[in-house]
Amino acid sequence: MAKYLLLKHYRGAPAAGNDVPMDRWTPDEVTAHIGFMNDLAGRLEAAGELVDAQALAPEGTWVRYDGPGRPAVTDGPFAETKDLVAGWMAIDVDSHERALEVAAELSSAPGAGGEPLHEWLELRPFLEQPPTITE
Amino acid sequence: MTVDETLLRTLVPRVTGVLVRRGADFAAAEDAVQDALVEAVRTWPTDPPRDPKGWLVTVAWRRFLDATRSETSRRRREVRVEDEPGPGPAAGADDTLALYFLCAHPSLTPSSAVALTLRAVGGLTTRQVGEAYLVPEATMAQRISRAKRTVAGTRLDQPGDLGTVLRVLYLVFNEGHSGDVDLVAEAVRLTRQLLAAVDPAHDARPEVAGLLALMLLHHARRDARTAADGSLVPLAEQDRSRWDTGAITEGVEVLQAALARDRLGPMQAEAAIAALHADAASVAETDWVQVVEWYDELLRLTDTPVVRLNRAVAVGEADGPRAGLAALADVNDAVPRRTAVEAHLRERDGDRATAARLYAEAARAASSTAERDHLVRQAARVNQG
Repeated sequence: MAKYLLLKHYRGAPAAGNDVPMDRWTPDEVTAHIGFMNDLAGRLEAAGELVDAQALAPEGTWVRYDGPGRPAVTDGPFAETKDLVAGWMAIDVDSHERALEVAAELSSAPGAGGEPLHEWLELRPFLEQPPTITE
Repeated sequence: MTVDETLLRTLVPRVTGVLVRRGADFAAAEDAVQDALVEAVRTWPTDPPRDPKGWLVTVAWRRFLDATRSETSRRRREVRVEDEPGPGPAAGADDTLALYFLCAHPSLTPSSAVALTLRAVGGLTTRQVGEAYLVPEATMAQRISRAKRTVAGTRLDQPGDLGTVLRVLYLVFNEGHSGDVDLVAEAVRLTRQLLAAVDPAHDARPEVAGLLALMLLHHARRDARTAADGSLVPLAEQDRSRWDTGAITEGVEVLQAALARDRLGPMQAEAAIAALHADAASVAETDWVQVVEWYDELLRLTDTPVVRLNRAVAVGEADGPRAGLAALADVNDAVPRRTAVEAHLRERDGDRATAARLYAEAARAASSTAERDHLVRQAARVNQG
């Protein structure tokens, strides 16, 4: 088994195939999209492959340590040009091929006109524990 | 047969109170009661006790002694606790109330107070509390033991502030429910139990009743608030035949009895507003003028940005969108949901382009996926029009 993170971007990913902003869809298309996402998460959970799925607010802040006794340094909200993660789904699957399959299915979620989004998702393997048997 | 866990959990604060009066410190007593609950769930289905509370006290006390002994022998200290304590004074409402105060102690952060209340007063397990707030059990266990250390030096017989207890219960109710425990129902149960424990002559009792009424009146609408697919249904579109009339009737009665005491507070005012909504057959038939009057009252009692925002919504319904927008001018831009409220008022005022832009903006600022999805749908709807 191997864990993968599927990252969805607000910004920074290549443009989706069906690239119409969500507030320009019809309400039914929005509903269909959300239904598809929930349904997929439900199926992955039933298959024992879902680890976690979370959505993030678009507004965030950069923070860093600024020395003892000083308040943290902050920067933000993020500039428009920066890569911005919208949310993730973590899965635990048997193979890289299966991870690609799940990502492709997620990317096929319906968008404007009920057509698949063809959205680019970022697939990142988790670094795992070293194996018990090494030789 | 299964154990009635809710009934079992009503005994928790009283059993803990008995252990504390026998000389156990709060943290150890609370752990011992948790152990006894686990034991009860395991053995009661096949071997139900005749006196559930006596059974819990006996088992919890034994657990406490075992834990104290192993702790003391580990530290090579003397056993200081007597095996067979004399019977303490009768346990009752006082113990329950004392535990509420302790778990909502002002030295605790809100999240710690909530977690401790659900465990030590509500009798939930750490796993259940963790699940309900979507944090790992180990994290919740740390939060609870830190909270217990914080209140370790507080004596149980000190009178506390009912206001802090009400805020904790309000938080439990308002944050909703997940996991295998229904936190909304649990908050109602704990508030009901609190009301029963407070002296009828206590000045703050009407506010406890006000909170119970507020919860019942909102709880009554819960089924109608979400559609089958999990999406939010706003008040205006709710199928009011799905409201729980039993809960509404009880809420109104509790509220009327509280208002008769003439000790108005914010909880009663909020409950009065909820009662006016519950009483109306539709949004159009709602007595918005009276709703605005209650918001004026609430503003006098507690002038918060959220109250101002909700008042602006009511003004919009009572006197039209222009008046609502004027009232909104007094609300700080940073208040959550302000943009969504303005979008709604702009749409009613006929400015669809601005409304669509504001709905989309509000969606980006939403703090939950259900709210975000709802606002995206609103933006989409107005753009289509």
